[in-house]
This record gives sequence, C-alpha cells and structure tokens, in this order.
Amino acid sequence: MNALKNPRIIGTFALVVLIAAAPLFFAHENYAMRVITVGMCAAIAVYGLNIILGFTGQLSLAQGGFFGIGAYGVGLLTTDYDWSFWSAFAVSVIGTAVIGYLCGLIALRTKDEYFAIFTMAIGFIIFLVISRWESVTHAHSGVNNVKFPEGGGLVDFGSPVAMFYLVFVILLICVYITYAVRRSSVGRTLLTIRTSEDLADAIGVRVGFSKQLAFAASAVFGGIGGGLYATVVGFIGPDSASLDKTFEFLMFILVGGMGTVAGPLLGSMIVTFLFELFQDFQAYRFIVLGPIIVALVIFAPRGIIGYLGGFVDKRNRRRRVAAARRSAEAAESANRGGPSGHDDAADSHVTRSGGPAAPEEKK
Amino acid sequence: MTLFIQQLFNGLALGGVYCLAAIGLTLVFGVLRIPNLAHGSLYMLGAYITYFFLTTIGVPYIAAIGMAAIILFVLGVGLERLVFHPLRNSPHTHHMIAAVGAMFFFQALAQAIWGADFRRMDTPITGELRVLGAEISAQRIVIIITAVIVLALLAWFIKRSIHGQTIEAIEQDRIGASLVGINPSMVSMLTLGLSALLATIAAGLVAPINLLSPTMGDALNLKVFAIIILGGLGSLPGAILGGFVLAIAETMTATYVSSAFGDTVAFIVLVAVLAIKPNGLFTKAVQR
Amino acid sequence: MTLLEIRGLGKRFGGLDAVKDVDLDVEEGRITAVIGPNGAGKSTLFNLVHGFYRPTSGSIRFKDEDITHSSPHNTVAGGIARTFQTTNLFDDSTLLENVLAGRIVRSKSTIFDAVFHTPRHRRESRINEDRAMEALEYCGVAEYRHDLASNVPQEVQKRTAVAMALATEPELILLDEPAGGIPEEETADFGNLIRSLPQRGVSVLLVEHKMTMIMDLADTILVLDHGQKLAFGVPSEIQSNPDVIHAYLGSTPQDPTDQKEK
Repeated sequence: MNALKNPRIIGTFALVVLIAAAPLFFAHENYAMRVITVGMCAAIAVYGLNIILGFTGQLSLAQGGFFGIGAYGVGLLTTDYDWSFWSAFAVSVIGTAVIGYLCGLIALRTKDEYFAIFTMAIGFIIFLVISRWESVTHAHSGVNNVKFPEGGGLVDFGSPVAMFYLVFVILLICVYITYAVRRSSVGRTLLTIRTSEDLADAIGVRVGFSKQLAFAASAVFGGIGGGLYATVVGFIGPDSASLDKTFEFLMFILVGGMGTVAGPLLGSMIVTFLFELFQDFQAYRFIVLGPIIVALVIFAPRGIIGYLGGFVDKRNRRRRVAAARRSAEAAESANRGGPSGHDDAADSHVTRSGGPAAPEEKK
Repeated sequence: MTLFIQQLFNGLALGGVYCLAAIGLTLVFGVLRIPNLAHGSLYMLGAYITYFFLTTIGVPYIAAIGMAAIILFVLGVGLERLVFHPLRNSPHTHHMIAAVGAMFFFQALAQAIWGADFRRMDTPITGELRVLGAEISAQRIVIIITAVIVLALLAWFIKRSIHGQTIEAIEQDRIGASLVGINPSMVSMLTLGLSALLATIAAGLVAPINLLSPTMGDALNLKVFAIIILGGLGSLPGAILGGFVLAIAETMTATYVSSAFGDTVAFIVLVAVLAIKPNGLFTKAVQR
Repeated sequence: MTLLEIRGLGKRFGGLDAVKDVDLDVEEGRITAVIGPNGAGKSTLFNLVHGFYRPTSGSIRFKDEDITHSSPHNTVAGGIARTFQTTNLFDDSTLLENVLAGRIVRSKSTIFDAVFHTPRHRRESRINEDRAMEALEYCGVAEYRHDLASNVPQEVQKRTAVAMALATEPELILLDEPAGGIPEEETADFGNLIRSLPQRGVSVLLVEHKMTMIMDLADTILVLDHGQKLAFGVPSEIQSNPDVIHAYLGSTPQDPTDQKEK
C-alpha cells in the first residue's frame, strides 16, 4: 500500500505507538502518568488551535478561554449540580460549540490583526467571568473533587492507566479528524483563506462562513480538552482559562509545527516534558519561555514536523516532477514516432527548446 | 449633579491616561503595520520602574516618571530591533505570536523582581480641589493637565520636527517614504520607543490611584485596543477621541449602572465596533 | 444569445465615479474585450460583475438572472470565473493543488464526508482530480503539476490561473490582463488558448493591454474612458472610430491602428 511508503504516516504512526506504550513504562508512577495525560488534554486543545491558526492562518488568542469553559463546565456540573461526568462533558462541549459559533458570527467579519484582537478580548472576558463571578464559579477557590468518568462497571477511570487510555482514544480521534480535514476539500478551503483571502474569494470560497466554522471547531476542540483536563486533574482554578494557557498552546504548536497533522501532538509532548523540567521555576518560567517563543517564531517558524515534512515534500516533489517530465517527453516522442524517438526522449531534457505549451523553466 | 461632575473629572483623568497609552499603540500600528500585543506589558513595566525610582531610590515624582520613560524608550527600541525587525517580512500571525512571547517575558520579569502581590505607590501630590461643589483630587487634575501638555508636545513633535515628520510620512506611505530617503527601520525604532515612553507616562500618572501588579497591563491592553479600533487603527485623532469616549463611558457605567460592569464597557465597545464595521469606525475606504 | 447583460452600471468611490453608466452585452460563445487607458475603470467593472464590489447604480444580469448584488461565491457558483492581474496563484502550493482549489466551489461533501470517508467523498475526490488534471492538460501545463507555483515561469503561472478558473466550470470567464508579463514571442500561443475557450463552452470577457492580441482575438470591443463607454463594436469599427483614436489610440506611440492601416 501507498501509506506504508509515506514517511509522514509512518512517523505519525510511530509517535502514536510510542505514546500508547507509555503506560508500560510508567504504569506505577501515578505522577508521570498524570503529567502525560494532562499533556494529551492540552494536545486536544492545540489541535483546535491548529485548525484556526495552522490551517486558516488566523491567530486565535481565545483558545485558553474555551479550554476554561470546557473545564469549568465539567467541573461545576459534576460537583455543584452532581451531574454524571458524561452528561456534564457532553453539555460542556455543546456549550463551547455554541459560544464558539456565536463569537464566530463576529470573527468571520474580521481578519488578521482584527481577528487576533477580537479573540484576545473574548479570551480575556471569559477569564474575567470565571475569575470574578464568585457565586457561580467560586472565583479563586476553584472547583474541587471533579468526578471521574463513570465506567459503567466495566472500567474504573479512577485508575491513571484507564484515564490515560480514555484521553488517548479521544486524542486519536482528533488526530484522525485533522488528517481527514487536511486532505479534503474542507481543508483545502481553509488553506486558500490562509494564503490569500482575495484569491479565495475569487474562486468562490465562502471565506467568512468557512472562518466561522473553523473558529467554532477550534472552540469545540478546546472545550473537549478542557473537559477532560478537569476530570484528569480533579481540581481547577481560574488559571485554567487564562491567557497563560493560550501561551502554552502557542508554544506547543510552534514547536511541533503549525498546520501539520502530527505537530500539535509532538509539540505538546515535548514541551510538557520541558515544563516538567522547569517545574521548580513555575512562576518564572516565562522569563525563559517568552524569549524562546520569540526565537522560534524568528528562526524556526515551521516547527519540527514542518521542517521534516518540508524535507519529505521536496524529495517527493523532485521525484514526481522528474516522473511527470519523463512521461511528457515520452508522449512527445511517441507522437513524433519513428525509431529515433527513443533517443530524443533520452536526452531531450538537455536539447528540448520548449514546445508551445511547455516552455523551459527559467530562473 | 455633584456626583456627575466628580465622575466627569474622573472620566477625563482616566481618558488622559488612555489617550497616552493608546496613541503610542496606534502610532506603532500606523508605522509598523503591527498590533503590538505587548503594549500593555510595557505600560506595566513603566509603572513598576516609576515605582522603583520613586519609592526605592527616592527621587521626586516627576523625575521618577521621566527616568522610567527614558528606560522604557530604550526598551521599546530594543523590542523593535530584537523582535519586530527580524519578523518584518513574516506572515502577520508570527509577529503577533512574538509579541505575546514578549508580553509574557515582561510579566514574568516584573513578577520575579517585584513579586506577584499588589503594590501601592503613595501619591506624592495630595490635596483636593473644589470644582462646582465636587471634590476632585489634585492627582487627577495633574493627570489631565499633564496629558494635555504631552499630547500637545506630541502633536508639535509630529508636525514640526524632522523625526516626527518622518513618522507621519511613513505612516502615510511606506514605499514612497523610503524613495525620498527616509530610513523606515530607523523610524520604526523611534516609534516603538516613543510608544513605550508615552505608555510609561500614562502608567506613572495613574499608578498612585491604582494598585500595581504584574498583570495590570492585561486589562489596559484590551481597553487600548478597543480605543484604537474605535478610532481607526493608525489614526491619532481617533485615538484621542476614542480614549476620552471610552473612559467617560466606563466611569459613568461604573457609577450609574454597576461597578462590576465598568470594565466590560471596553469589551462591549470592541465587539460592537467590529460587528458593525470590521475595519474600525473612522478608517478611510481603501480601494482594492 | 446574450449571456451577460450590463445596464447603466455605476460605482462611486467617495464622490469619484470609477465606473459610470456602462452598458455591455456579452454574447454566448464570443470573446468580448474591454480596453481603455489606465484608470479607465476596467478592473472596477470586473470587480462589479464578479461581486467584489457592490454597484451604486445599474444592474447586471447573467443567463437572465439578476446578479447585481450577488456575493463572489454565488457568482462563481453561478458560472462566472475570473483571473487577476497580479495575485494569480497560491504560491506555496503545487499547480495541481492550485487547480484543485478551483474545485472547492463545486464540492458538496462536508467535513463529515471527509471524516467518515463516505462514497460521496470518494466519488467527489475522484471527479475533482479528474477535472483538475483535465484543466491543467487543456491549458498545457500538466507536466508542471507537481511544481510549486512560485517556482514555475510566468507563462506557466498565467496558464495555471486560467486552468484554476476553468476548474470552477464557468460559462463565462473574466480574464484581467491574462497575458501581462508574458514575453512577446509567447503571446501568440497564449492567444490560441483564449481563442479556443468558446469552443469549450466558455465565453470570454477580457481586459488586455496588448493591442495586437486584442484586435486579433476579440469579436467585440468595449472602449472605456474615465469610467464611461467611449465606443463599442467590432475591432475594425473600433480601429477607425475617431473618438477612440483621439482619446486613446492616437496618443499611444506603438499604435496598432497605424501598423495595420499602413
């Protein structure tokens, strides 16, 4: 099969297998399991950011806010209102979808810096509401004892390994959706908007509508990540909705690679690991991370997967171009016919001066 | 009525602060074509450095603001050189991400030096004035007067001085300006320095009224962006008008509706403007 | 049959008339050209037809339907494609991906189809690939399909822009200086491509500066000056129209009229 020869698919697959095997090594270290699981929750939200920033090319600074809505939805409904996790989770995700869609009604009219400023405002307001609306959100005391998901007697999600696989499966679905979108005309639509809104408009792309859907989708992913985060961690505070979260997500996606399928996953895992190393400097870590993110944007904006993918693409393209040229030349010489045709084809890349429709490449 | 006059003066003082902060941001947008998301953190640093000179070193109030403004000017120039200049040809999302990075750096820096707790900067200007029966604190009068003087100086600087004129020229036509021999990169540095300087004056003026904290720039960020979007990105008169409009709306809402509601006025203004005219209210129609 | 019917079309920008009171009929199966000096309102006219701008007066009908206030998405879906003078292609994509982007407007499958890989999605992907390849081959650039748009010569870019427009399955194509930047010796070939479009069922509305090319290609010509109609007719009428010679052609040094009449 073709997929077996595609380095991207092999690489993504290897990464997924590696993560899936993590419990084999850390099964008895609850702390390590939890760190990885929390990293995967963040990765889900980063896949949301990938849709709007990576594919559509619009910087959303509200992703931390949507993460917070998902987390607080699950947190408050399972504690103060004593809902089951699953119903709370479903309602929270639908809630973020609705809020994302409504914000999208305005976001679709804006672009570039206006979009970023608008989403910054959305993110800030969500944070303000969560950190100040004490009667509902308990403000700075946060939410304690968020319920574990109900296993229906089959699985006990109190076990870190079971929780790990729950988040892992949902994350895999997100990776697959990203992959499917990337290859479809939906993904192509978003990519045209990223490159040039005017040109996208000219070929009949519904720019505003697509942007709104992309924004809503990114919010949903944020909500899913946040909802899972709440149950994994068990305690949430207003910081789970802050701009700090958005910053972390940006860091993850930049390290992994914007607009790639595997980038958010790889970036989240690597940076989560780095965060753990800086654990002792928690409060001051941005002194280091701030300049790092600036350096990444200046010197390596495509991220790890971006550069690996660029390398693979270049190689593939060179091969395909060569193959396409060969077949074009073969067709040409076949048209001319005669025994000398083969000789022509063999050295025609040197001698051919360019047919009417096929001028030589000038550079 | 007394309450109204009192709040009107509070609004004007706040408006002066907003204008000073917003005008730098809109200048940066006009010249560099980037929304400097780190602007609020420059304001925050300006407040802390003023605090440092005033409280820790013990220099007089005005001198403290002046020294902080000079330091922030240098910092603004450095920010342009190290962060925005290398990104001038990158996609627009990149310099916004970089600005977010710079913002977090500044906040963490302030937190490392001064701690996360709120700090109070005692007002060196005491006393109150009675205007039409209302008691107005002298600090607020000082803010209003200083804001007017600084804005007038700025207007003079842009219209009359060589450097100011180059800023205006670039704001209007970047390519044309470089053709007549203006060095855009020099002007970019100058503009960012100037914006940080103005933000520091704003912060130094308002610091005695408000508390200092490393996150004090976040709310201001939202407000100044609301102001310059209301006034049209890159428009100086728009920023001044928008600053006073927002400040008065905010003060009046806090007084007559609910104090918790005051902070959300900026957000409502922002959303309303973007919903009606996604490219700002007073922007000229740009032909494609 | 009249495909596109423009009546009394006008667009004002801040008190200035970019286009004023323009009438134009584009006949099916014909090549219609719009010429005029710089700033005569040619591109504005295209933007109005395409739905980029909303006209301030007048009406546009396409296939007997009113499209005066249609959005670009609706005009393209309705069968009007266009190319730009400058922004031609998505530079960081291959030519094939570029032309596939032209298929978006004809794609019905949703994100759910993509995720669940439904038969509709598979069928549509296949059709999209076929149509895109066909368009590339038709425009003679199929062998470059895996090259990045920024890496191919100008002429290939221009041809790909036409292929991308054709991929939207238009009945009318608006070409804004399609041969701009193409070396003189290759314009004849490019003209042949444009000339063949009506046989494919695609009528052409064209803005171009290369006069020899226009006179050779166009069935009818509209001359605009200061946003208004100066003349309308077949090339020979335009060439001998004293107003046109006076206002436009007469002042041009490389005057094609002179060349032909001598």
